[in-house]
Amino acid sequence: MLDSSFYTKADEILSKHPAQERSLIPILHEIQESYNYVPVELLPYIAKHIGISETKAYSVASFYERFSFEPKGKYIIRVCDGTACHVRQSLPVLERLRAELNLSDKKHTTDDMLFTVETVSCLGACSLAPALMVNDHVHPAMTPDKATKLLQDLREEEAKS
Amino acid sequence: MGTMKIDGYPVEFTDEPNILSVIRKAGIDLPTLCYHSELSIYGACRLCNVEDEKGRMFASCSERPRDGMSIKTSTPRLVRYRRMLIELMLASHHRDCTTCVKNGDCELQNLAHRLGVNSVPWGYRQPKHKKDFSSPSIVRDPDKCILCGDCVRVCDDIQGINAIDFANRGTEAMVIPAFNKSIADTDCVNCGQCRVVCPTGAISINTNIRPVWEALADPNIKVFAQVAPAVRVAAGQAFGGPKGENVMGKIVAALHRLGFDEVYDTTFGADMTILEESKEFLEVYKKGGPFPLLTSCCPAWVKFCENRWPEFVPNISTSYSPIQMLGSIAREYYADPAHNEGKKILSVGIMPCTAKKAEILREDLKRDGKQNIDYVLTTEEMITMIKRAGIDFNELESEAADMPFGMGSGGGVIFGNSGGVMEAALRTLCEGSERLEIEKLRQSGVRGPGALREFVFNYKGNEIKAAVVSGLAEANALLQRIHNGESFYHFVEVMACRRGCIMGGGQPAHGGYKTKEARKHGLYESDVNTQIKKSNENPTALAIYDTLIKGREHELLHSHKH
Ligand code: SF4
Ligand code: SF4
Ligand code: SF4
Ligand code: FES
Ligand code: FES
Repeated sequence: MLDSSFYTKADEILSKHPAQERSLIPILHEIQESYNYVPVELLPYIAKHIGISETKAYSVASFYERFSFEPKGKYIIRVCDGTACHVRQSLPVLERLRAELNLSDKKHTTDDMLFTVETVSCLGACSLAPALMVNDHVHPAMTPDKATKLLQDLREEEAKS
Repeated sequence: MGTMKIDGYPVEFTDEPNILSVIRKAGIDLPTLCYHSELSIYGACRLCNVEDEKGRMFASCSERPRDGMSIKTSTPRLVRYRRMLIELMLASHHRDCTTCVKNGDCELQNLAHRLGVNSVPWGYRQPKHKKDFSSPSIVRDPDKCILCGDCVRVCDDIQGINAIDFANRGTEAMVIPAFNKSIADTDCVNCGQCRVVCPTGAISINTNIRPVWEALADPNIKVFAQVAPAVRVAAGQAFGGPKGENVMGKIVAALHRLGFDEVYDTTFGADMTILEESKEFLEVYKKGGPFPLLTSCCPAWVKFCENRWPEFVPNISTSYSPIQMLGSIAREYYADPAHNEGKKILSVGIMPCTAKKAEILREDLKRDGKQNIDYVLTTEEMITMIKRAGIDFNELESEAADMPFGMGSGGGVIFGNSGGVMEAALRTLCEGSERLEIEKLRQSGVRGPGALREFVFNYKGNEIKAAVVSGLAEANALLQRIHNGESFYHFVEVMACRRGCIMGGGQPAHGGYKTKEARKHGLYESDVNTQIKKSNENPTALAIYDTLIKGREHELLHSHKH
């Protein structure tokens, strides 16, 4: 069972959108943004409110990579493994990040919920390959050492805040 | 209207909705894996691709015919392309054909053979997912799914349920219930329509062949079967017979050969349902409500009503469905040592329906904690058993069903068609010069092609407003209108499966338009050939009120849910 605060938040988001099928994606976006993930328990609740089946809601939510059913870290690092980035050595970058953070292809998020490391296929920044994104910010021409430095910077930023 | 050229030959078209239909009309069986004329168009499989004069390739299911257009259906490029599509499907498919339930009846397998796929260059895919045996009616095997979406559309478009849908994306994409829960935990009503359209073994019937076969071999168990109306017009085709032919006589003979001690006719049970339900209707009618009385024969519909429209559950007739009627009465009959010969009794229903497998388990249909029917075998399972035993079906001499439950009226036999229950019930209210009255009723609108049919029946100078609906999405819309006060009826028949049980989830699949029509006519013709037309004139059904029921109608013939 989800804490009731989740439903209060959901109600707040739902009230901003017409109760129609086409509101599903905007609603999911807001939920994803609020929590950094979409708690699956909310899907039947949302579906009922906008008059669609929970199966449809699940179908849509599981389709888009933007929506995650797992809680994610505060900093979501998306390492591009598209063709351009792959040939320019994106994998060593990914491996360094995982090694530093004790993550793997099964475990994406650190236990302190600070970092999530994922791969994506093409960020649309091929000329800057190999690229990665931290939340909404693109970091071009990455190397493993730059990745280590990036984590240090983010930790410092976190310590200040 | 217009003319197009198909492979160089001129072909006329009129109102065909797409080029594919024109091609098929021209006698070319273009391969498809995602097209069903009654479902929305999905355009996923691309097998129906054709080429126009400029060499443009496009899906013929998704484009309208245009006057003067010229297309080719089997250029070397198209042939290569189709073969590659099947190879790709097979590469991500758990292709253990020799041991697959669908072996021999699989559209993917057939097409691989037909299109000359003789190797798959990408290795063998091991199964990755668990099969879902949670439903008594259907089994899901996601490793066999080719993502054609047919089941998704039938469950959503026609049944309005949407128990399963696409989830995830890319190589992870699957057709599953929400949250990957088991199908039994969804709103699935067990109608089996998804299984009928599934081209592969990804959705199949949850079979009960084994326990029945073991009982048949046990000399201490007396096994009896009852055969539903719709079974008799669907089985013959599986043995190479004409579509829609009534082969009840051969079915009885085959079941006797398989070792069933007695073979009864569910048409008898249907007559009992009508006797009770028409009494119930007259009571409600005289009382002035609650309207409409809703039929109770279809368990998928009953479950749907419980899930979605609890407010209408009290309107559902309490009369047992035909299988339960016969099952319950037979229990009384076999309680007598003269009839059970000191043996255990096993009661088997042979049904066109996967939902009946779930109905027999319902608590409100048990008496003294015991089911009225032990097992339901679908038409498909019966055919499998006959084939497995090596019985030459076509060579069998017809046999009559066994007494005392082997005789049914014409009203009982048309139960398998949408509208049949309503027609049979209203027949019992026909008076005057009966042949004419029955004919008038036949033409009143109770029969016909639409998923929803509304008509008025005159009863002793009063009007009975009736509706017949098949397909649960259509039924849902009807209930919504009744709820809103926009429509009013005294009596409504609902069948979950479009066209009724003749197109049930347990019937042989791949039934196109001709098969559907032939099954329907098969049952109407059986009615024509039956001397007794009205359920309330079936002497064997009337007789048991004195011998077996003896005033215990409520206990023996009605559900106890309310
Ligand atoms: S059995 Fe009927 S309700 Fe259940 S998933 Fe299949 S089509 Fe949908
Ligand atoms: S389960 Fe069958 S009908 Fe449904 S998408 Fe898969 S292959 Fe198609
Ligand atoms: S319409 Fe007939 S075959 Fe279909 S679910 Fe209902 S009872 Fe079964
Ligand atoms: S491949 Fe990495 S940004 Fe395009
Ligand atoms: S039948 Fe046309 S794309 Fe599948």
